[in-house]
Amino acid sequence: MRHVVSILIENEAGALSRVVGLFSQRGYNIESLTVAPTEDPTLSRCTILTTGESEEIEQITKQLHKLVCVLRVTAISEEPEGGLERELVLIKVPTPNRGIREDIKSIADIFSARIIDVSAEVITMEYVGSSQEVDNFCSTVLKLSDVLEVVRSGVLGIARGNHCMHS
Amino acid sequence: MAMMSGAQMLVRTLEDLGVEYLFGYPGGAVLDIYDALHDSKKIHHVLGRHEQGVAHEADGYARATGKVGVCLVTSGPGATNTVTSIATAYMDSVPMVVITGQVGTPLIGSDAFQEVDTIGITRPIVKHSYLCQKATDIPKYLRQAFYLASTGRPGPVVVDVPKDCVRPSVKFEYPEPEPVKMRSYNPTTQGHRGQVRRAARMLAEAERPVLMLGGGVISSEGSEEARALARMFRLPVVSTLMGLGAYPGSDAQFLGMLGMHGTYEANMAMDKADLVLAVGVRFDDRVTNSVPKFCPAAKIVHVDIDPASISKTVEADIPIVGDAKTVLSQFLDSAGEQKLSCNAKAMDEWWGHISKWRAAKCLAYDKDPKVIKPQQVIESLYRATGGDAIIVTDVGQHQMFVAQYYKFDTPRSFLSSGGLGTMGYGFPAAIGAWVGQRSRPVCLVTGDGSFQMNIQELSTCRQFHIPIKIFILDNHTLGMVRQWQMMFYRGRISWTDLNDNPDFVAVAKAYGHEGQYVDDPSKLDAAIDAALSKKDSLVITDIRCDTDAKVLPMQQGGGSMSDMFMSEA
Repeated sequence: MRHVVSILIENEAGALSRVVGLFSQRGYNIESLTVAPTEDPTLSRCTILTTGESEEIEQITKQLHKLVCVLRVTAISEEPEGGLERELVLIKVPTPNRGIREDIKSIADIFSARIIDVSAEVITMEYVGSSQEVDNFCSTVLKLSDVLEVVRSGVLGIARGNHCMHS
Repeated sequence: MAMMSGAQMLVRTLEDLGVEYLFGYPGGAVLDIYDALHDSKKIHHVLGRHEQGVAHEADGYARATGKVGVCLVTSGPGATNTVTSIATAYMDSVPMVVITGQVGTPLIGSDAFQEVDTIGITRPIVKHSYLCQKATDIPKYLRQAFYLASTGRPGPVVVDVPKDCVRPSVKFEYPEPEPVKMRSYNPTTQGHRGQVRRAARMLAEAERPVLMLGGGVISSEGSEEARALARMFRLPVVSTLMGLGAYPGSDAQFLGMLGMHGTYEANMAMDKADLVLAVGVRFDDRVTNSVPKFCPAAKIVHVDIDPASISKTVEADIPIVGDAKTVLSQFLDSAGEQKLSCNAKAMDEWWGHISKWRAAKCLAYDKDPKVIKPQQVIESLYRATGGDAIIVTDVGQHQMFVAQYYKFDTPRSFLSSGGLGTMGYGFPAAIGAWVGQRSRPVCLVTGDGSFQMNIQELSTCRQFHIPIKIFILDNHTLGMVRQWQMMFYRGRISWTDLNDNPDFVAVAKAYGHEGQYVDDPSKLDAAIDAALSKKDSLVITDIRCDTDAKVLPMQQGGGSMSDMFMSEA
């Protein structure tokens, strides 16, 4: 089972290594991880996509909470229920001829992806969506053309409605 | 406002935190700290002879007194030598602050002389750690370290101090002590009232309840409350290794230690119980045997201060997060308010069963007029000390024999490495215990294997006149490993013989202590009495024991609590 865990940590040296270390030390998976400072610069928000049975997720949440540098931990529920998830992908494709360039342009239009860089032989697009939408987008592009590079941001998660994660 | 260097602030902060004893070992990165320490009139420094020993000494001090144990070591090898000791303290939830020297901040990351990433190396085995970036971090981090080490679920905290932070030439204003507040750390101490009320009712209604106590009862000083609750509901009491002493070992309601080498009555009671009230325990694999077969008929009420310990291995029916002492007294209050008492008829019947299990006399063993049995050493030591001593052990057969045959009536009387099982722990821990608590004799029960793992601390004892009584259960083998080789590896003795031990009596004398050797069972009592009578001397009693003795009963791996080998056959 796939779970998105949101963590509010002190924005200080070593805090992230404690979080990551906990996962490897206890044998939990990290599918993706993102981290950046919040509106309060003394705090960082970290989103980890992990897999495991629900008892395991409970244990992960408790162990994370035990870290002294961790303020809040929430396992965000799956997308339709209480959670929102977004992922950003940057994808670089070769455009050796006009035909392929046209195809890529129309795919970008259909998916509402943005073309953020164009050179003589290469187009780079950005696309934002749920992980599944990003998967779809990438596989569609792959069917249509060669792909030089794919960079995914990893999942960002936030709860729906007025549920907020405050310090 | 007093102006001080980082090193002076470090020493002053320790003084303000009430530190009386600092266990340490000097080195390049901590020269300035040692220089500042030279001026302290409040802190007594105890010089170990190896940093592993130094940190175990701080651990033993903490376990014996309940105060935070503090040690100071240099960077690089000084820090890495403490790793085993930190892990030992972490596994057993011991409040300890380890101050490590570090190379100067401009050199960090450059593979400088005696540089290691101490914070990185110790990260998985500390409750928390700090790397000071500037001198003014030192008082702040040390105060937080003490607060973290001693509150919630206790544990070791590392404070890494780079050399330039303690430079004597740069002075700062010393910040006056103030209460520590941390937004990310608020341990729950009060149990959930509704859960306690429900659990108390279950306790009154239970027909076959067991009270299971662990180390948390000792660290929270909750022994009195545990005793009162046991009396109120006539509960049979079992204890984990770490919990020994939390409930009086000589009390009629005490069934002994449970688990792998637990007593027959303790393990049978667990297996047949309909309610287990587990307080300050974490259901270690040495306690549960096979988890799916663990206490099949019982509802589990699990009280612990660490939420992550609850339902980690054994699923709790009623989880209660809180400090053991506080929650136990909440139980007493709740039982009073609800006017609860035990189910007398059911309890008569339950105690009837327990008496039958007790009648199996699982700890009986055959004596031999020619060879000393290790069990009889512990019985003799119990007799000679009247149960009033701090007994420290190493790890192995002798440790289990102590747990089975010595009756601990008071908390903080039994010090042993439970979770990590660190051979070499005992001797330095005994030194720490004596430093912290001199009103009772401190006895180390060790093995010929374990003792040699930190034997160098004999020098420390010489320097500081530490009159520990050392009893080596000398069987010329790594007894516990040999036991497994005999029982489960078809008797193939692979590298467990220790036939080239030194003459321990001569070792004692070489270090300026006293030593005696005994191998005659008829002279055992006299030898132990003689050792204990020498109040001011460290005495090593080298006791040649039966090499083939086995620790029994022993649970059968993969079985339930009731699956036990009662004899070797």
